Order: sequence, then structure tokens, then C-alpha cells
Amino acid sequence: MNNDKLIIGGHEFNSRFILGSGKYSLNLIEAAVKVAGAEIITLAVRRANTKEQENILDYIPNGVTLLPNTSGARNAEEAVRIAKLARELGCGNFVKIEIMRDTKYLLPDNQETIKATEVLANDGFVVMPYMYPDLNVARDLKNAGAATIMPLASPIGSNKGLATRDFIQILIDEIDLPIIVDAGIGKPSQACEAMEMGAAAIMANTALATAGNLPLMAAAFRQAIEAGRNAYLAGLGRVLTRGASASDPLTGFLRD
Amino acid sequence: MVKINGEQLGIDGYSMTEYLLSAGYDIKRVAVELNGNILPKADYDETLLKDGDSLEVVSFVGGG
Repeated sequence: MNNDKLIIGGHEFNSRFILGSGKYSLNLIEAAVKVAGAEIITLAVRRANTKEQENILDYIPNGVTLLPNTSGARNAEEAVRIAKLARELGCGNFVKIEIMRDTKYLLPDNQETIKATEVLANDGFVVMPYMYPDLNVARDLKNAGAATIMPLASPIGSNKGLATRDFIQILIDEIDLPIIVDAGIGKPSQACEAMEMGAAAIMANTALATAGNLPLMAAAFRQAIEAGRNAYLAGLGRVLTRGASASDPLTGFLRD
Repeated sequence: MVKINGEQLGIDGYSMTEYLLSAGYDIKRVAVELNGNILPKADYDETLLKDGDSLEVVSFVGGG
């Protein structure tokens, strides 16, 4: 499927697996990126340590696109500020907007996300907003200049899978942008299902970080995402509403 | 006094470069916001910290 590229903001990617880098050892990042085949990795921006601690950038293989998030932002203004600091760190102009008002469910604030998307898209960012799957909001995000839409499958870090399945399907069917399922995907089978539905890519972090063997789980996700993508491209077979349909010839039986 | 990442320090008169190096920051790996505005790296040498300045020094960390 060499011609099957994921295009985000004019950039082409072969991989449809966006990798998070949170909650696991820096020493595992390179292996995770390689085994996952990931070409995009997410990062967060935080106050720097003064001690010369190891920097995550030293662990990310060359050629991988960095996708800073705006985690910690509680409104559009804070998200814009974090995005600009991320860009000043000198690693490109991609940004994943993440705006949350509560720490219990970590649900995205869709309205503030639309505002931040507009400001940052006008400022030249490739804007990838994380959002609660709502068709009207997705349309507003597209009009505001979003490069992709990133609906949540279930609450961040929950590993609960496609709780919002039907609403993500609506976005896939109606929005002419890559729909990247972000947050809550806990198992490769769930990633595969989202890809079969027509999702453009999967973003996963906690599913790997909390797995028993991170690189092996990265491999499993890669295979699941590729399998789901191929199934989508192939076109799934139809489902009967009732009854059965023989797979074998209905003639030539060994009987009178 | 200068407020840096929430902490008050007596570094008035330092240039931005001098302060960052003395504190052990890796200049290539940080971004700086001075009084709410991003300070471009090209301006670090000539920017002198003064009483009442507020500074944020950030870098990338793991995240999802």
C-alpha cells in the first residue's frame, strides 16, 4: 500500500500509528518508535529542570515528526501560549490542542478548542485538535483551519476502547479531514476496529505504557492498525440482517 | 528579584544567557517566556534581567 499516505497539513506519512511518549522510560522510546513504525510522536511542554537532566529529544530517532500537545491548558489562551512555546523549542509547527477544565475525567473543552484552533491555524500551525466527538464541533474545527480531527474513544488513559464508536463513525462519514482516534484505545483489537471504520490513524500512549511488554505491544498495535487499514481499503463484506448465506455450492450434494 | 518558574531569585543584572548557563539549563533545549512574551534565542545575550521580571523556562517532556 505504498500509495496509501496519511496527509496532515501537506505532510505525507506512511505510518498511521501516532505514538505517545508519556508515562514510560526514555530508554524505551527509541524501541517503541522503531517497532511501532511511528513517524509522529507526541510530547508535552513543562517547566524545564535546571539540573542537566536527560532530554527526551535525545531519545527520539531522527526524522520523526514531533507533535507537541497543549496539555495543562485550561482555556484557548493557555493553549495558544503553550503552542507558541513549543514552536519556539524549534521542532516544527505541528500542535495537538488539548484543553481540559477538569482533572477527574480530563474531557476536552470543545468550545475553547475551536477558539484555539482558529488562532493557531491563522498563525501557521498544523493544528490537530483533540475533541469530544460532536459533528457540529468537528465542522467548526474544520472551518477554523484544523488539519485533522482527533476525537476521543473513551476517557484519556482509561484503556476502555471505543465508547464513542457511533459518533466517531459520523465524523468519519461526514468530515473531509483525517479523523484520528485519540485517547482511550486500550487494545490492538480496538485500534483495528477504528481503522476498519475508516479512521485515518490511531494515537495511543497509555495502552503501551501500561502493557507488560511495551515494545511487543507496540508491534501488536502496528499490526492491528495495518490490518484495520487494509480491511477498510478492501471494503468489508456485507452483514446479513437475518438468515444465512452458504459459502459452499448448493448443488452436487452426495445424496439422491 | 526575578521570578523564574514560580521561584524568586536574586539574579538581577545577569544576561539571559548567563543565567541559563549558570543554572545548568541546556540552552538548545529550552524556550523562554519573559514577562509573558516569547524571547527569541537570538536575544538571550543582550537581554538583561531586572528586578520584577517574570520568566518561564520550558522544555519538552514525555506526553500523550
